[in-house]
Amino acid sequence: MDYKEIIAQYDGKAGGIIEAYHALLREFSYLPEEAIAEAARVFKLSTAEAYGIATFYSMFSVEARGKNVVRICESAPCHVAGAADVVAALERELGIKMGESTADGKFALEFTECVGQCQATPVITVNGKPYLDVSPAQIPAIIAEYK
Amino acid sequence: MAEEMRIVLRNYGKIDPLKIDDYLAQGGYKSLEKARAMNTADLIAEVKKSNLRGRGGAGFNCGMKWSFAAGAQADQKYVICNADEGEPGTYKDRLIMENDPHTLIEGMAICAYAIGATQGYIYLRGEYPFLVSTLNTAINQAKEKGLVKDFDIEVRSGAGAYVCGEETALIESIEGKRGEPRFKPPYPPSEGLWSKPTIVNNVETFANIPVIIEKGADWYASIGNPAYPGTKVFTLTGDINNRTFFEVPTNTTIREIVFQFGGGIPGDKKFKAVQIGGTSGAFIPDALLDTPVAFDSMSAIGATLGSGATFVIDESRDIVDVATRIAGFFEHESCGKCAPCREGTARTAELMEKINEGRGSNKDVTLLEKLGTVMSYSCLCGLGQAAPAPVLTTIKHFKADYEAKFV
Repeated sequence: MDYKEIIAQYDGKAGGIIEAYHALLREFSYLPEEAIAEAARVFKLSTAEAYGIATFYSMFSVEARGKNVVRICESAPCHVAGAADVVAALERELGIKMGESTADGKFALEFTECVGQCQATPVITVNGKPYLDVSPAQIPAIIAEYK
Repeated sequence: MAEEMRIVLRNYGKIDPLKIDDYLAQGGYKSLEKARAMNTADLIAEVKKSNLRGRGGAGFNCGMKWSFAAGAQADQKYVICNADEGEPGTYKDRLIMENDPHTLIEGMAICAYAIGATQGYIYLRGEYPFLVSTLNTAINQAKEKGLVKDFDIEVRSGAGAYVCGEETALIESIEGKRGEPRFKPPYPPSEGLWSKPTIVNNVETFANIPVIIEKGADWYASIGNPAYPGTKVFTLTGDINNRTFFEVPTNTTIREIVFQFGGGIPGDKKFKAVQIGGTSGAFIPDALLDTPVAFDSMSAIGATLGSGATFVIDESRDIVDVATRIAGFFEHESCGKCAPCREGTARTAELMEKINEGRGSNKDVTLLEKLGTVMSYSCLCGLGQAAPAPVLTTIKHFKADYEAKFV
């Protein structure tokens, strides 16, 4: 589906622009500029307002990023459980720094705040799917699932 | 010896959450039927009498809140479930939704009948995408069986903004806007979603409702602490043997939570501090552990019950480093609408980093105290008002740890 068809599915839904952005994210992994302009038109907002909504929420990205979004929690429970070691393992495995995407466009690496799986810290998520009690040694196998 | 008591988690592990018949077999939706046989004034009076207070952190009397929306005149009213639990260390609402979604739906439907609403929303945090289908399955089953009658519920997903746990910011987000808190008053029960009377309650609050209707207000009011009766779910994280969850009566003490239910500190290490209520909670030292967890008892020691998140750190932890990480959290999550929070969280993080890196002095601590005090009364919403608490309480109870890092 192209971005216009995706957004059209939410036309007429009150406050539906955020749901439309989620749907765009599932398809493109980020919100392309022309999709934001189209959403503004459909939901009768100025482009600035539609852009303001896109940049307010941390899950939405207005810049192109890797298809599979890997996020690591940096909140206090994960912080004391050794999240820093997992960050180092992720950067090593993907060959990029936090906040970057791989050159092949397959992976984006980001920090997140608490994802609500604190019974098993540290936690990472890939495209929203949580991986629990993650150790640096497990990182290559988790990443391999998405290669 | 304190014992666990399960009200909101009564069906945990006993039913298949995707099978409504399992929930019905446990007496599910009988409370909704009973509520609908009552007149709405009596129903609200019953909820008020139970003294159930909001489990999202503010602790407002639930029945009282409902009475405001019930008394408001409008062509449409809304019931919203705040399922945006974003307090680090908290996952209690996920437990309820994942294991017993129908108790939430039943609680919302009882509220809808009480205030005269036909439309509900569950605002689900974006970090729980896997729960969308669980909730929709449950909603559709309740609808198909005709149990919720003309009451519709729609699930809306958040997108990673901690501030949207604040009820007016949450409402803005459902309306499709930036999730920035509104000026209050008006409060949502008189003017909420699309300016209509709206009840926003937490998942855990709604999950209590069916049991209160089934067993009666007097039964509920007699459990735990009389000023904040019932149970509370605690989720234990950090340096604790049992990294799990417990539902206990509200007269349980912090010491019982940490050492009895939590099993104490791993290894031979000693307890250093516990932060309760989420990342905006106070750090509590050993001397105050015999405090009951009830809302007002916690306020009396300058702490909060909040979400019930319980984050324990042992003596080997660098508490200034932990508080610095938390200051970074608030800098990131401040929505930027009001200056005291936008600037205050950034300057707090800056000063904390300076101290943590060994470049600070007592002057910086004095500045942090002054800034934190100003923020606690001048920020627009709870985020900014509570943000200084971890810094202020660690300065208060663990000043020596700060001094050890001074230049």
